[in-house]
Amino acid sequence: MTDLNKLTLAEARDKLRAGDVTSVELTQSCLSAIDAAGELNAFVHKTPEIALERAKAADARIAEGDAPDMCGLPIGIKDLFCTKGVPSQAASRILEGFLPEYESTVSQKLQDSGAVMLGKLNMDEFAMGSSNETSVYGNVVNPWRRGNEETPLTPGGSSGGSASAVAADLCLAATGTDTGGSIRQPAAFTGITGIKPTYGRCSRWGVVAFASSLDQAGPMTKDVRDAAIMLEAMCGHDAKDSTSVEMAVPNFEAMLTGDIRGKKIGIPKEYRMDGMPAEIEKLWADGTAMLKAAGAEIVDISLPHTKYALPAYYVIAPAEASSNLARYDGVRYGHRATLAAGDGITEMYEKTRAEGFGHEVQRRVMVGTYVLSAGFYDAYYNRARKVRTLIKKDFEDVFAQGVDAILTPATPSSAFGLGEMNDEDPVQMYLNDVFTVTVNLAGLPGISVPTGLDSQGLPLGLQLIGRPWEEGDLLNTAYALEQASGFVAKPGKWW
Amino acid sequence: MSIDQSTAAKVAKLARIKVEEDDLPALAQEFNAVLGFIEQLNEVDVEGIEPMVSVTPMRLKRRVDEVTDGDQQEKILSNAPDAREGFFAVPKVVE
Repeated sequence: MTDLNKLTLAEARDKLRAGDVTSVELTQSCLSAIDAAGELNAFVHKTPEIALERAKAADARIAEGDAPDMCGLPIGIKDLFCTKGVPSQAASRILEGFLPEYESTVSQKLQDSGAVMLGKLNMDEFAMGSSNETSVYGNVVNPWRRGNEETPLTPGGSSGGSASAVAADLCLAATGTDTGGSIRQPAAFTGITGIKPTYGRCSRWGVVAFASSLDQAGPMTKDVRDAAIMLEAMCGHDAKDSTSVEMAVPNFEAMLTGDIRGKKIGIPKEYRMDGMPAEIEKLWADGTAMLKAAGAEIVDISLPHTKYALPAYYVIAPAEASSNLARYDGVRYGHRATLAAGDGITEMYEKTRAEGFGHEVQRRVMVGTYVLSAGFYDAYYNRARKVRTLIKKDFEDVFAQGVDAILTPATPSSAFGLGEMNDEDPVQMYLNDVFTVTVNLAGLPGISVPTGLDSQGLPLGLQLIGRPWEEGDLLNTAYALEQASGFVAKPGKWW
Repeated sequence: MSIDQSTAAKVAKLARIKVEEDDLPALAQEFNAVLGFIEQLNEVDVEGIEPMVSVTPMRLKRRVDEVTDGDQQEKILSNAPDAREGFFAVPKVVE
């Protein structure tokens, strides 16, 4: 059987159970696809030996019966997750050579469920970026192209390697992380599905920290059913992360009925931005009509503080980053600069961090340092935290009015060309996350679902935002939207 | 509020990142672009609003204060750029 790498998680699971394929065959198919896709630069550390060993173990487990859903399914892991004995460097030079002595809780849970790790996936350095252009490994290339043009496009970021790998069928699914949109924006740019669960659903233990009050892991998959299957395997309480909740994990897949009759879907007027491309407007209107046709009630809502979400994020996230990244000091792990005669410990810190961090990371660490410094803490950091309270309250108010989910565009545009934003000031790049960042600030679950193509043939996605802890209901609404849109487009293979 | 070169240099020092003198003007300009964007927050009326501490209402779990981990010196030092005799080694700190 050919093209096993093109299967969804659900299809592969069913074939494994039926004995039609083995995990070793699935894994070999993906490993060949990875080897043939060097141009995409998605996989940056390949682990074929580990993969085949785990695939054999999975086949044995499946033969014994009663294997979990993810058993035997080959996946990619974002480089931000620490994986025991396998390079985990958050796409940064400062973690060059770092081999964790431990495994992140999320990747451990996936491993325990029998999933097969194929390797580590490229990303923006420390998950700071929206185009996967800040990685020490170089840019990731989107498998999608504008018609017959050869211009390389961004897969989005920061989980750009995950998005590119899933869209190009290099793996059946991948892990991502999302601090301001890093799962949902790349999912939209590559025509795949990505969900960021409620803050606290997935343990952050062993995931290299960017902004701890915003970071969440989630699955990036070929469809909504796969997102439900993989999310269930990733989440759950972990004593090692004090912010992970002690709450039962539902069977998300069983909640996919496609029945959304009577659900109230909010359309927030503040997301209708000035200068929004007509294609995005139309995508949004079409999605609204689809949910209405499926029996949902559409209501206009207001989230008045939306405009302030990005500025608040660009205080809070750099502030937390400056604190989290203080640990990269050239002492305990990773890179240490070569010192000149007479250099003391301060020079060691300064040179190590100047050499080890890329430009965007340096800028964010310094902005964070500034907003936390004496005299500015109240004016910037405390004010941003107050605005965050207001942003969360906006959502609480509409949920109190009975709204079940909120429909918005996922991104303000389709994928842009690599390098196209180089001359812009940093704020232009930040605007990519304008629709997604509110969800992180409010700690809510959000999912990006591909629902159409633009006139250049590039995928576009819609975002659904759900009530806290109601990922199951959110996935079901996303499933109804997916069914109605009938999106099945795939990038033509050129790599 | 505009950031000048000397403020940029001070921030770089606080962040322990070496920035060459020649790069300071561009850095100050980038700071100003970002801070200009952040300034919008001044439009919001935050009178009487509590700054957010935790996005999900939760009380952090407590546990008994006892040793649950340890004896991993080798593992802890395994990634150090310079480890000697069971310790992290750094340049001389005290004269």
